[in-house]
Amino acid sequence: MNDAAVLDLPTRRDEDFRYSDLSALGTVWPVAREQITVPPGENGSLSLVPEGPGVAVRHLVITLGDGARFDLRALNAGHAFGRIAIDVRLGARAEFTFGAAQVGGSSETLEIVTTVTHAATDAVSRQTIRSVLAGAATGTYLGRVAVARGANGTDSNQSVRAMLLDRTATANARPELEIYADDVKCAHGCAVGELDAAGLFYLQSRGLTPADAKRLMLQAFIAEAFVGAADQDALSAAALTALEALL
Amino acid sequence: MTMLLQIEHLQADVAGQPILKGLSLTVNAGEIHAIMGPNGAGKSTLGYTLGGRPGYDVTGGAVTFAGQDLLALAPHERAAAGMFLGFQYPVEIPGVSFLQFLREALNAQRRERGEPPLSGGEFLKLAREKAALLRMDMDMLKRPVNVGFSGGEKKRAEMVQMGILDPRFAVLDETDSGLDIDALRICGEGINAIMRRADKAVLLITHYQRLLDYVKPDFVHVLAGGRIVKSGGPELAHELEREGYEAVVS
Repeated sequence: MNDAAVLDLPTRRDEDFRYSDLSALGTVWPVAREQITVPPGENGSLSLVPEGPGVAVRHLVITLGDGARFDLRALNAGHAFGRIAIDVRLGARAEFTFGAAQVGGSSETLEIVTTVTHAATDAVSRQTIRSVLAGAATGTYLGRVAVARGANGTDSNQSVRAMLLDRTATANARPELEIYADDVKCAHGCAVGELDAAGLFYLQSRGLTPADAKRLMLQAFIAEAFVGAADQDALSAAALTALEALL
Repeated sequence: MTMLLQIEHLQADVAGQPILKGLSLTVNAGEIHAIMGPNGAGKSTLGYTLGGRPGYDVTGGAVTFAGQDLLALAPHERAAAGMFLGFQYPVEIPGVSFLQFLREALNAQRRERGEPPLSGGEFLKLAREKAALLRMDMDMLKRPVNVGFSGGEKKRAEMVQMGILDPRFAVLDETDSGLDIDALRICGEGINAIMRRADKAVLLITHYQRLLDYVKPDFVHVLAGGRIVKSGGPELAHELEREGYEAVVS
């Protein structure tokens, strides 16, 4: 891609920006690409937490050497427009973990767009995305997994779930697989739903208020994205603050 | 004698279908009432209607609980007022720890009643005591609510919850279903230990006599077609067991 192309504001015809808030994007465009390189055999981790309201757009380009591991967690919440784009390239036996939660209400637009490239053999990628959307919010996950020719032994998983608190909220989810190797395992699961009414009544019948019953169930739902994170408690606390703003 | 629950001519619909058709029942403090009846009689609907479950629409009648209009209260307010609903099918809630949920629930009830919250230590002591009463391993209560529990474990966990929440009135919907002989005895003894008190009362909804061997009812009622069609003492349960609903009801 040449520099001129990078500088042009994307349009809706660009699949990666199909559900974006383009006018909000225009206020911060062009977005710098943050390079992260983990040398062979080494480990790294990063947590992205909201830094305030308004527009927050990040684009990470992550390169994992052979046998490298990287653990990325993100909370996409509290933004009128929040976008996290991630391009990851995995060397042989590399391991990439991505756990993210999106929590939005009113007319917020939140999106996570990932491209995970298994460039060599026996690499592992795990993505867990949980979205809680209220009001007229839109939450999107576009996740491409590309398995290069010869990248046998690839093990990739995408688990994508969204919870709609109001019928006026929107969830978009599009896992996409591009596989050029024979011996691969690429699992993906995707579900959009509402809170279980039987569970909510059960909790309330024990004395929890409707808001507390919802919060407890949504906390558990979101926690799945942060399991095993080094700063799980801080992420969960930030997510709880975002959830409480919705309830 | 203190009246705890008074149901007057209660009518309720589920999905637009009338299920309860003028049910009346009075329960005083210190009493245990058993409700028996054939499938489809409205037994579970009675339990859910008293608990305030959405979708169980009251279309007529009145329910007074400890001097309050029960039907005007939201489910969590009914719990704080001292009502406990034991579920026939306790709900699994992935990711939510039993202990965390119960502590929040108990403290929410206490807050609603103007009582101070229990500390973590006080709560754990209480939970341990009630789990031991029902012979339930505390480790199970560290797991997500009912997830991976057998049918019998779920019912015992319901009784542990009842012990911790210490209600004045319990509606127990087929607590005996899915229990083996030992678990039935343990649950029966648990109900007696927690609820057999002069200031409390129980409404036991059941199909069978066997639970009543452990929890001796003061009154037995037959529910059929959405109404109480016959009431009597404990001997009525034996009569039903011997002769079947059809003979007794007709």
